[in-house]
Amino acid sequence: MTIARTALRRTLAVAATAALAVGALAACATDSGSSAGTGTDLDAALEAGGKLTYWSWTPSAEAQVAAFEKAYPKVDVELVNAGTNTEEYTKLQNAIKAGSGAPDVVQIEYYAMPQFALSDALVDLGEYGLDSLEDDYAASTWGSVNIDGKLVGLPQDSGPMAMFYNKAVFDQFGIAVPTTWDEYIAAAKQLHAADPTKYITSDTGDAGFATSMIWQAGGRPFGIDGTDISVNLADEGTQKWTGVWNQLVEGDLLATTPGWSDEWFKGLADGSIATLPIGAWMPGVLESSVADASGDWRVAPMPTYDGTPVTSENGGGGQSVTKQSKNPALAAAFLRWLNNDPASIEVFLESGGFPSTTADLEDPDFKAFESEYFGGQKINEVLTQASKDVAPGWSYLPYQVFANSIFGDTVGQSYINKADLNEGLADWQSQLVEYGNKQGFSVSE
Amino acid sequence: MTATSLPTQSRDAVVPAPAPRPRGIRVRSRSEWKGLAFVVPFLVVFLLVFIAPVAYSVYLSLFREQLIGGNAFVGFDNYVELFGDAQFWEGFVRVTLFLVVQVPVMLALALIAALAIDSARLHASGFFRIVIFLPYAVPAVVAVLMWGFIYGDDFGLASNINDLLGAEVVTPFVPDWILASIGNIVTWEFVGYNMLIFYSALRTIPTDLYEAAELDGAGPMRVVRAIKLPALRGAIVIATIFSIIGSFQLFNEPNILRTLAPNVITTYFTPNMYAYNLSFAGQQYNASATVAIVMGVITAVIAYVVQLRGARKEER
Repeated sequence: MTIARTALRRTLAVAATAALAVGALAACATDSGSSAGTGTDLDAALEAGGKLTYWSWTPSAEAQVAAFEKAYPKVDVELVNAGTNTEEYTKLQNAIKAGSGAPDVVQIEYYAMPQFALSDALVDLGEYGLDSLEDDYAASTWGSVNIDGKLVGLPQDSGPMAMFYNKAVFDQFGIAVPTTWDEYIAAAKQLHAADPTKYITSDTGDAGFATSMIWQAGGRPFGIDGTDISVNLADEGTQKWTGVWNQLVEGDLLATTPGWSDEWFKGLADGSIATLPIGAWMPGVLESSVADASGDWRVAPMPTYDGTPVTSENGGGGQSVTKQSKNPALAAAFLRWLNNDPASIEVFLESGGFPSTTADLEDPDFKAFESEYFGGQKINEVLTQASKDVAPGWSYLPYQVFANSIFGDTVGQSYINKADLNEGLADWQSQLVEYGNKQGFSVSE
Repeated sequence: MTATSLPTQSRDAVVPAPAPRPRGIRVRSRSEWKGLAFVVPFLVVFLLVFIAPVAYSVYLSLFREQLIGGNAFVGFDNYVELFGDAQFWEGFVRVTLFLVVQVPVMLALALIAALAIDSARLHASGFFRIVIFLPYAVPAVVAVLMWGFIYGDDFGLASNINDLLGAEVVTPFVPDWILASIGNIVTWEFVGYNMLIFYSALRTIPTDLYEAAELDGAGPMRVVRAIKLPALRGAIVIATIFSIIGSFQLFNEPNILRTLAPNVITTYFTPNMYAYNLSFAGQQYNASATVAIVMGVITAVIAYVVQLRGARKEER
């Protein structure tokens, strides 16, 4: 044991020197890069043309690539669906480790961006002058792609949380739509008592949902300062959330249908899952996958703890240029078009996406849109307001993809045992601390 | 030896007279080179796809690469850490339990099926042979998904039975039952395969033994005990070794069921799942390689012990 520990300490010492060396190298790279790239360079790259590979699983990707190739015939973009979220991240991580095989442009969700930024796998788009686009994006999404002073991606969609609810079910049982979490718990009890096959929502333990809920409650469990990390999943905000959610978990008031399963969609259609606190990208999913319930669903602001409107981001992501790209200027030019050009964003909005661009969020036509699926409700009024109410100051761990992968092992155990979430969170915390320290971070609790 | 070897001999005669013995060696070495030409293609592939990955895994297991700080040689630290890793041992104990319970059940069922088909008292034995073997032909992923839908307590057959009984009686996805549920799938998949091993061994028994037994007045049960089971010993050893290896490598079934039964199946449910998640979710390739090496050694040792015991029984 002592041998192991001294060896570990020695490794850490080596690690520290190596980190300095990497830092120095990175600095050199930045210097040479900044002199190379500007906005006009990107236009020149588009003129010159070339070939790019783009990994994405977004529904709008194919139409966007087609529109881009039409506008810039000299550029040939090969679109690859390398799998959805973690599947793609595994492939990307392997390509980064192998030193080849990564695409030029890649879709990465906000929660995963710190991890790839840390692996030094993403180009700082500031080198190509894209940092001047800051004002075009909602503050919360711009913050998510700026990591350690580097612009590692451009935001595509955003997912400010709102509460989607099945109005037909609420009307049937005469339950008022909750505006606070206390009312939400009361509604959960009332609904399940009136009809035991119905639940207020479904949750089997999902890391993305839990972190967003903690974010909304004011918890800031992850602190990052370079390689110094703090993990505190027992802070005041987190406990505020568990105080509410424990009542549902321990009271057996949650449907245990795994999210995104066929059964889950069925539950959303037949009213057995009555609400969904989820990101603003959900309407497109409901329309395409829960078509039977057209007219039943509405959207309301997230319930609050004390009446002050506040919400958080749930899901959403952007695109980045990888350092393996052989033509980073062209890749950056494509990315600028993809997530900033009105022609591209129009395609994106048509596919049911929720934008991160302020021009679209504030567009009166966008806000006035009456959704037929939502019984004529002006859903974007609620959702754009939510994007303004996102609480600032959240950060994800630089190894959030791994963290989420072990959520079921730890917090998930509280769900199956219908026990106190704080115990599961404490277990998650200790494993995150252990992993972080093993990976060379200095993690404090 | 006459016409073709003569010129060689005469050439040898020109140079200082060689002693008979070295010439013997030279002839043998020439034939060895010829043999090597036949073996080289195999050796190249063997080195490339077997020895090289194992060597690389051993190499990996002696290093530790971190997100911060890069790669460093750590000697046997990864092994020391693994031996104290509660998650690894939890998975190991789980597959051992699986092995101890599931393998005897599966082999007993396969044995009974093989004896029944071989008994010549079964109508349409060819049909039963095919039907029992058929699950083995179903891809594991498809089989597990199919069973997953039967097991589903919200939507599957299990939920229908529970509705009928009015209580939660059949719950294949709760922590207490999940291992039994997986055992059931694996048994379903592999009974036919083992049955075929046993059946083909039974077919090699000379029929005159049966005739002799009949003349001696032995009944069918006596034939099974005195002739068939002793003849099956080798096949049983082989089937047991395959099953041990299969149990320690348990991966597909729990990994696919995980999406249907989240939380119940952890990321370290079996050692193979642990190795997989260490490398692909946690980027701990070195720890993953260590798990692979340790499990490989343990499996080899246990399989070897079983083989030794089987061989000793055969001598007796």
